[in-house]
Amino acid sequence: MRIAVRETTLRQMRPVAVTAADIDRTIVAVWRIEQPRLITSLARMLRDVPLAEELTQEALLAAIEHWPATGIPEKPGAWLMATAKRRALDHLRRHRMVARKHEMIARDLEQEQQAMPDLDAGLDDDIGDELLRLIFTACHPLLSREVRAALALRMICGLTTGEIARAFLQPEATIGQRIVRAKRTLSESGLAYETPRGEELSKRLASVLEVVYLIFNEGYTASRGEDWLRPQLCHEALRMGRVLTSIAPHEPEAHGLLALMELNASRAAARTDAAGEPILLLEQNRGLWDQLQIRRGMQALGRACELGGANGFYVLQAAIVACHAQAEIADDTDWQRISGLYERLTVVARSPVIELNRAVAVGMAEGPEAALAIVDRLTQNYHLLPSVRGDLLHKLGRYAEARAAFEAAAALAGNQRERDFLKRRAAEAAALSL
Amino acid sequence: MRFMYIVSHPGPSTQPPPEMMEAMHKLSDREIKAGRMIDSGGLMPVETGARVRIADGKLSVIDGPFVEAKEVVGGYAIFELRDKDEALAMAKEFMQMHLDFMPGWEGTCELRSVRRRCAKCGRWP
Repeated sequence: MRIAVRETTLRQMRPVAVTAADIDRTIVAVWRIEQPRLITSLARMLRDVPLAEELTQEALLAAIEHWPATGIPEKPGAWLMATAKRRALDHLRRHRMVARKHEMIARDLEQEQQAMPDLDAGLDDDIGDELLRLIFTACHPLLSREVRAALALRMICGLTTGEIARAFLQPEATIGQRIVRAKRTLSESGLAYETPRGEELSKRLASVLEVVYLIFNEGYTASRGEDWLRPQLCHEALRMGRVLTSIAPHEPEAHGLLALMELNASRAAARTDAAGEPILLLEQNRGLWDQLQIRRGMQALGRACELGGANGFYVLQAAIVACHAQAEIADDTDWQRISGLYERLTVVARSPVIELNRAVAVGMAEGPEAALAIVDRLTQNYHLLPSVRGDLLHKLGRYAEARAAFEAAAALAGNQRERDFLKRRAAEAAALSL
Repeated sequence: MRFMYIVSHPGPSTQPPPEMMEAMHKLSDREIKAGRMIDSGGLMPVETGARVRIADGKLSVIDGPFVEAKEVVGGYAIFELRDKDEALAMAKEFMQMHLDFMPGWEGTCELRSVRRRCAKCGRWP
């Protein structure tokens, strides 16, 4: 019996026609759930991750072609796996592998399939190792950060080229070309199939975490365009973060990044008001913070520290966000601890952004004067610097200077909403300076 | 989108066969590793619970088991998925497993999306 039969009965009860578009959406949903397993199994057969990705896409096309007529199979995952494996075998046969080794692989697989045409076989595979290989291939340091991000979204999250293009506000053709070129680069460099281990893994992990965090931040801050948030990217980055902690469970920084993302994402619903205007962290309704996500974030942070990673780049940032997450009201925030954590963070990574955040924490712990001293030592001009300066000056009652700082910040802001917000603060300061 | 799955069946609960437990374990392991399943739990028998109910303007407490109950909730799970299509695909896979390993078993897996403020505009749906 096929699921389609039961869907017919459903349709009889509910007078809603199942359109071709509905079936397509169902197929893509199933495919997206199965995709990592499909790619990893094929990669093992073909010893080539980019090629595995291509043939996996072919399995999707086959489903789109067949399922509308036959109905969705009872075990759609197994169908996709069998189809994808058949494509891979065809490929191996077509290319009559030069190396004897490959012929042996092909024969083994063929025998394996004939011996047990078990459609559930895929479910039993432990894909951890292959998934690790997939992620490390997509996020290879040989590729630029942007390309790594696009490839990861495509190969690990199953996003289409069009979706990735929209998420990054780029033309589809540009993203498509980038992906094709990246895959070629990997194949030509002989990097299409390799797994870093031990120390190499820890080193390479940094390049993976960087990409995941880039994707998260792209969604969380939406530096360009009208949207304050692009939730889908956050969602995909979180998912990848969770995958990483399960396949590289002994890496504290993987847990640290996951904690950082979970804790930041927990505030998503509280970050904007009903009109879509941003609400600053200290003014947010903490009742809207997602407690389940906070709990998960704290668990990941705890795990990272157990693994001895308390001074890691992501772990320290997560620990800072955790101070906010644990304060029931804004006044309970432990700013002493936060400024101490920032101090430690500047040892790990020196950057004007971190220094600026440290200044904010110092301002809260010790007062605006101490903070202004830090801010005035910073030179690099991006919109957050004059924005923080404006806030400190405002607190010190230096309203005319605050107004000038907010206006400078508004001129540098890349996001319309942020610009509006900064202009409002400039107007407030202007009114007080009269 | 966050989805809650509630599995119910005509009571009382029976112990699933080992093959079912194994398949279920595999599926949940896969889903945790894939970052989609973020919480789940099986529920203890209704005898361990109670119902606090309001009827005719009065509050009453009924200890389990509940004689009048037709359906018993056996477990729940919380998933983070992209859309309802993905949520349905998950539920079908989960229920297909019951069909395969527990012949004769009947029940319902209800899935509901959790009401959350829109992360884009801050509005409640």
